[in-house]
This record gives sequence, C-alpha cells and structure tokens, in this order.
Amino acid sequence: MIDLITGVLILIGATFSLVAGIGLFRLPDVYLRMHAATKAGTLGCGLMLLAAGVHSQELEVFAWVLAGIFFLMITAPIGAHLLGRAAYLAGVPMWSRTKGDALAGKYDSKREFLEGYQSEK
Amino acid sequence: MEALGQTFLEFAITVAFACLLVAFAFTVFRLVRGPSFADRVVALDFLMLIGIGFIAVKAVVSREYSYIDVAIAMALVGFLATVALSRYIYRQAQITGSEPNEHVKAGLEHEGNATSSPRHPGQGGTS
Repeated sequence: MIDLITGVLILIGATFSLVAGIGLFRLPDVYLRMHAATKAGTLGCGLMLLAAGVHSQELEVFAWVLAGIFFLMITAPIGAHLLGRAAYLAGVPMWSRTKGDALAGKYDSKREFLEGYQSEK
Repeated sequence: MEALGQTFLEFAITVAFACLLVAFAFTVFRLVRGPSFADRVVALDFLMLIGIGFIAVKAVVSREYSYIDVAIAMALVGFLATVALSRYIYRQAQITGSEPNEHVKAGLEHEGNATSSPRHPGQGGTS
C-alpha cells in the first residue's frame, strides 16, 4: 500500500516537473518562463520529496521532509519575485503579445518611486 | 497486493527518471540559449529543483533517507544563489541605467514619456 501511494506521488511529481521543463523550453519570455518553472517546478519537487517521506514510514524523516517542503514553498515566491523585479527593471523585453503593463511609466527606477494611481491614466 | 505495489513503484521510478531527464535537457537548453541573463538565472533555479527531485527519487530507490538532508541543503543554497543573482541583475541595471520595458510602452501607445536612454533589446543584464 505504501509502495502504491509512493508510486502515485512520484508519478504526479515527475509529471509536474516535466510540464515545468516544457514550459521553460516553449514559453516566449522571461516572465512566462518564470511562471512555469517556479510554480509547477516547486509543486513537482515537493511531491517527490513527500513521496520519499511517505516511503520511509518514519516520523523523523517525514517531519524533516515536511520542513523541507515548507522551506521550498516559502522561498520559491520570494526568489521569483526578486528575479521578476530585477528582470523588469533591467528592461528585459516582454512578449510582443503581452496584454498590458500596469507599471509602465509609473515607476521611477532611479528614485525607486511608484507614482499614485491618480497621476496619469 | 504487495507484489503489485512493488512493480508499480519500480515503474513509477523509471518513468520519473525519464521525465526528470527530459526536463533537465530542456532546462540545459534554456541555460545555454536563453537570450537574457535573467533567463539563465530562471533556468539555474529550476535546475536546482530538478536536482532535488532526482535526490528524492534516489532516496526512495536506495532506501537511504539521509539523501533528503542533501536535498534540503541544496534548496537553501539554490535560494541564496537566486537572490544573489537577481540582486546582481538589479544593480547592473541601475549602473548601466536601462529603462523598464519601453517596447511594451510603445505597444500601449504611451506617448510623451518616451525616455531616450540607450537600451539593447534582448540583452537586459547580459552576462
């Protein structure tokens, strides 16, 4: 039974990792690639760690695995946010069919200042 | 039931290694090809996640659960690397004075605030 649960968890995790890899390969710009790699990648990797914890059938290992997954889930958005912000401010171009950029013309990167919503449009 | 579970686990492990390998190949492609430095950092971050996945599957295969410690240490180091590299991209952008996304501004017809700073599309923060 444990083997069955572990197998299912590993399969789901590997599928998510594969989807994230394909997203990293196929998507057109940094921001979309980051979306694929961060979310699907973290979920896949967390599920595989959980599978290892379930397979061990020991409380210590399971708790340690839970701590690891918690750490991953905490750090992934922080890293992605920092990276996305840095890429945006460095002027990495967006995909030509991106619908909108809410920050365009409102953020002064020299002074690190964001204008209020009422100022222009 | 026991034998079935065993067989299924072996099958799942084989499939998982195959999937991870394909994802690894795609990520290495992005790491080599990625037009901007930020793409490479994203690929590096995901490479770390794939490494954690490999280690977790390896822990199941070998029933040696100390490997999980390695995975967690790897997650920590990978997070710090991502933070440091994005900080580096940001500082470099500040020094060279590049502007965020004029290309999209033009697409949205933001006339009147077209700042005229030299900017190289596709190379924001080159390595």
